[in-house]
Amino acid sequence: MFGIPSNPPSSVFDELWRLQQEVDELFGSWGSPLGIRSQPRGSFPGVNVGQTPERVDVYLFAPGIDPKSLEISIQQNLLVVSGKRDLAAEEEANYYRQERFSGEFRRVISLPEDVDPERVQAKYTDGIVQIGVQRRESARPRQIQIQ
Amino acid sequence: MATQTEVTRRGSGAAAQQAPGQAPQRQQAAEAPIRPPVDIWENKEGITLRADMPGVSKDRLNLRIDGNNLIVEGQVQFELPENAEALYADVRSSLYRRSFSLSGELETGKIEASLKDGVLTVRIPKRAELRPRKIEVQGS
Repeated sequence: MFGIPSNPPSSVFDELWRLQQEVDELFGSWGSPLGIRSQPRGSFPGVNVGQTPERVDVYLFAPGIDPKSLEISIQQNLLVVSGKRDLAAEEEANYYRQERFSGEFRRVISLPEDVDPERVQAKYTDGIVQIGVQRRESARPRQIQIQ
Repeated sequence: MATQTEVTRRGSGAAAQQAPGQAPQRQQAAEAPIRPPVDIWENKEGITLRADMPGVSKDRLNLRIDGNNLIVEGQVQFELPENAEALYADVRSSLYRRSFSLSGELETGKIEASLKDGVLTVRIPKRAELRPRKIEVQGS
């Protein structure tokens, strides 16, 4: 109304970003089925998983948490990470944006079948939780010598 | 495994890995910087901005004022074994970037910043003479 934009200009980008996320969701699921335990992008914490023939590394992008409050468990090839990040609101302050996640979270990540749940290590650096799981020897590719 | 959702490039920002049949446009989109989520609030002293930038260490943070804009940039780095291939990736870029335009009553020369566990806090004070003063109403 009256030709006055009702939103500040930055919200145009917010809108584009939201749109991109939706397109992502749409096309990301095209052709290949969604993991049954997968969560939408943008869920806290973000998860990346990398593998080599020897190990699988899971990275959780969880800034500003107390690593002691994290619960990490692994059952067979299912890794469960839960914890919380409570952000207390500042007193006598006016908030313009509150985009950061606050509350409890839980993510379930299914790893390749050949991981060894007995050999897991975890550490927390610069807001990333890295969980390294070794794979069983028998599952690794082996060179076969011709006699 | 979560592989079915997306097989994408390595989280580290190393050479992109493309799954067969994946559209090249998707790869391009992966190069776009991440907009870190922020909380911004104001009190009597000034404005505080807090941003989630996991994986960014102090030496990979680039915080600067360009004209009237505050630009927050950071490069993600984490240990990745050699030859690792991505099975799943929520985070598909290794760069964070976001900018904010400031206003004249803020003292850009006195900005303070700290970074802890991937959380950046930036305090931008207001000019002392421009801080709000409470005006007392005199009784008759």
